[in-house]
Amino acid sequence: NSPPHRKWSERKVTIFTPMSDQQETGPTMRRLSQLESVVLWNRARQIKRELKQGVKKPYREVIDISWGDPQGGGIKPLSFVRQVLAACHYPQLLNSDKLPEDVRQRAERLLKECAGRSTGSYTATQGIPYIVKGISEFITRRDGGVPSFPNNIYISSGSQCMSAVKTGVLTPVPCYDKVNMSIRELGGVTIPYYLHEDQGWELQIEELNRALESAKGVCNPVALYVMNPGNPTGSLPQRRSSFSWLMSEFVSYKKVLAEMGPPISETVELASFHSASKGLIGECGLRGGYVELVNVDPAVMEYIYKLFSTDSCASVPGQIALNLMTHPPQPGDPSYSLYNEVIMTITQLIVFEVLNSVPGFSCQPVEGGGFAFPRLHLPLNAIHKAKEAGMQPDEFYCVRLLEESGLLVNPGWNFEQKEGTSHFRMNIMIKEETLEGVLRRLVSFHTKFMKEFS
Amino acid sequence: SVCERLETLWPENHSTPHHYFFGVFQILHTSNMSQEAVNGVPCRGKVLTLDTMNPNVKRVEYAVRGPIVQRAVQIEKELREGAKKPFTEVIKANIGDAHAMGQKPVTFLRQVLALCSYPELLEDNKFPEDAKKRARRILGACGGQSIGAYSASQGIECVRQDVARYIEKRDGGIPSNPDNIYLSTGASDAIVTMLKLLVCGEGRGRTGVMISIPQYPLYSAALADLGAVQINYYLDEDKCWSLDIKELRRAVTEARQHCNPRVLCIINPGNPTGQVQSRQCIEDVIRFAKEEHLFLMADEVYQDNVYAEGCAFHSFKKVLFEMGPEYSSTVEMASFHSTSKCYMGECGFRGGYMEVINLDPEVKAQLIKLVSVRLCPPVPGQALLDLVVNPPQPDEPSHTTFMKERTAVLAALAEKARLTEQVFNTVPGITCNPVQGAMYTFPRITLPQKAIDKEAGQVPDMFYCMRLLEEEGICLVPGSGFGQREGTFHFRMTILPPTEKLKIVLQKIRDFHQRFTQEFS
Repeated sequence: NSPPHRKWSERKVTIFTPMSDQQETGPTMRRLSQLESVVLWNRARQIKRELKQGVKKPYREVIDISWGDPQGGGIKPLSFVRQVLAACHYPQLLNSDKLPEDVRQRAERLLKECAGRSTGSYTATQGIPYIVKGISEFITRRDGGVPSFPNNIYISSGSQCMSAVKTGVLTPVPCYDKVNMSIRELGGVTIPYYLHEDQGWELQIEELNRALESAKGVCNPVALYVMNPGNPTGSLPQRRSSFSWLMSEFVSYKKVLAEMGPPISETVELASFHSASKGLIGECGLRGGYVELVNVDPAVMEYIYKLFSTDSCASVPGQIALNLMTHPPQPGDPSYSLYNEVIMTITQLIVFEVLNSVPGFSCQPVEGGGFAFPRLHLPLNAIHKAKEAGMQPDEFYCVRLLEESGLLVNPGWNFEQKEGTSHFRMNIMIKEETLEGVLRRLVSFHTKFMKEFS
Repeated sequence: SVCERLETLWPENHSTPHHYFFGVFQILHTSNMSQEAVNGVPCRGKVLTLDTMNPNVKRVEYAVRGPIVQRAVQIEKELREGAKKPFTEVIKANIGDAHAMGQKPVTFLRQVLALCSYPELLEDNKFPEDAKKRARRILGACGGQSIGAYSASQGIECVRQDVARYIEKRDGGIPSNPDNIYLSTGASDAIVTMLKLLVCGEGRGRTGVMISIPQYPLYSAALADLGAVQINYYLDEDKCWSLDIKELRRAVTEARQHCNPRVLCIINPGNPTGQVQSRQCIEDVIRFAKEEHLFLMADEVYQDNVYAEGCAFHSFKKVLFEMGPEYSSTVEMASFHSTSKCYMGECGFRGGYMEVINLDPEVKAQLIKLVSVRLCPPVPGQALLDLVVNPPQPDEPSHTTFMKERTAVLAALAEKARLTEQVFNTVPGITCNPVQGAMYTFPRITLPQKAIDKEAGQVPDMFYCMRLLEEEGICLVPGSGFGQREGTFHFRMTILPPTEKLKIVLQKIRDFHQRFTQEFS
């Protein structure tokens, strides 16, 4: 709204100017200018407000399955985790017998490791040493004995904080959108390699090589980013042709690297990321994650330490959540429970079956991760209508899905996908009852939509 | 070769995980090939080395957690293992961490946090009603009624509303819009975010950022990492570390010759110096920022930590608006606050916020995108912030205890500030300005020439502090970590240890200084 010919002194210090005139804005802003589906999120916010005000719609509430947020989707947190956290924040709770014995013991142990016995103290830069050591034990156990060293582990507030990389990074298509944004925010260039949808979103080596070739002369590729299990695809590296994919086990890159022996195991530089936001623990809001560094130059490690130390330390509730993730209650402990594990497998199967039984949908097996990423086979009429509205086809579909059925999912366009394809990502880390409602709304809308544009 | 070996272990079978992984690792291994490797000689070079890493990172230093602290941690380990030393514990007076030094958390805050963490406790009649009310309100605003759900990237809406109300009350009714509030992971996160937006340009057009000398080294570290030009303006040690507009003008004028100055950072109350800006000074700074077309960053995390008589905290925003629309509708500013300091000292929760004033609306849209890359700040920290801006009111059950605890913490700090200044000024060779606010003292130390010359490779005040650590087990941060005038030396010490312990620490430093001066005379 500023008048065109303002005096220099009247112009703002920071102004958003179009791509052609970039003196005033920081490079960060330019690189982030590829917008996500702003239309969809704005409309979702608006609809939620309208529902609150009592506006009549074909549904009573919006079901938001666009984020990977189990607790946001109604799944209850693990009692053990929350009891320990409460006792750590307010140690008076340890004086009564109300909390189970294993909770009290763990809280005591953790408080002992906090300076001044307070969860409000800063911690060591890499994280509370007792918790970091616990993470290294967890990794070693998970990887069948491959050693993990606490010095190579940094806890961060969510697993997204760590990057000192500039220049080219190979990233998958489709890919979790924040990864590409993070790389670009730092001034890096993303080099896409396409996952093969028809082969269960397989990563094919020939495609990696093609991508690497394509980067020649454009940038200097220094890193390869892989997601295992994939987001949004939910794929694991191994594939079986029958339903035995349901029993697929996670194998870590670090484990395989170690098993390949020298020289590869001693030279390939690897950073593995994990978080307390997903899995059984699902504590997204606590922001606890870690990175394990393998074969990184010790001189560089010193600078990594410095970088992390400027952030002081990761949030203590997040660190505690990590400890409870790496060292859950054991069989025989008062708080031991297997409940959540069973639910996830069934959900994956139901989603896969339902989506593949409806014309216009196809979905690869959801082997891991917390999402389904079905493909939409949209009629040409729908694609044209989308273009008229100035939207990507899957974005158009998702906006209509939201408007007519109150279901909020994440359009495939946000994750990048093969040209001419359409998808959306839905969070399946949700309660069984919610899932029923979701699938019902989805199938009913989809059938109507396909008919309208046939 | 590796290929052949793998083939014998796992015959060609594209559905095994190892064949897949092998391909991936081989690409990583071979793409880092030197010419020799291409000819068949195995390669040795790493991808990530000091030469190939981001060069800006090499210039990042953060003295508060630097080498002296690492040595302190090592000494603690040695003590635990039974090593004999002239002391039985290391006193970490290097970092502004109140709880680590024995300050007790405020009961009300922890009660609500426990209730939010484990809502079943809402049934427990041991918790007061006002704590439960706040917990219910916070949980009601969280996805799935849980602090374990992601929040909006800008922060939970009702918390931002409460922050805005708090600011309005603090600033005598000047309106604050929740849309201008961005919750963050400590204040540091928000400070770095703003700098990311502001720093741009090349060569002589590169953004210059004015910071005080001495300063809190987060600023210099962030500027190094972003490749911004650091513009130093010196605080006047002889005038109680006051800020002089003439010095600001000198700094910016000189800087215009080699960069594009766009930002002015102020820490009030100051860190490490503790000076509290007078209202007049703040007005002068705002006027200066407008004249020189600078974006103001007001770091106000110590706003409750004001001790000296005659000193009071004035928020930059309040003063800006009291100067009338000529300034309040034009000067662009960001104010920062945190849950780590003041009377709360809740560093580990990483709670904080910034309020942006007169930011271009299109820039705000980009700012939202930028903060969304990190998803959201830790929700427990957001909950805690809500309690700080929405404390128990006089008619609520927890009010009495809350006020008692709050007053006790701030009174103790005030007493320790006074004590510290008094003791240090009795030591020949140490001069200490009054600790008007914040949590630190930054006394000037006179070092004998022989000590300065002694360790050619080590900065003199680092040498001094290392000796103090080894001999007395007291960990301070050398003044060189914060910046100081050439030829002067300082150290930063926190005033956080409990009063009795602080007295001992002051005594030990006094004795050490005398010994040190004698040794190198």
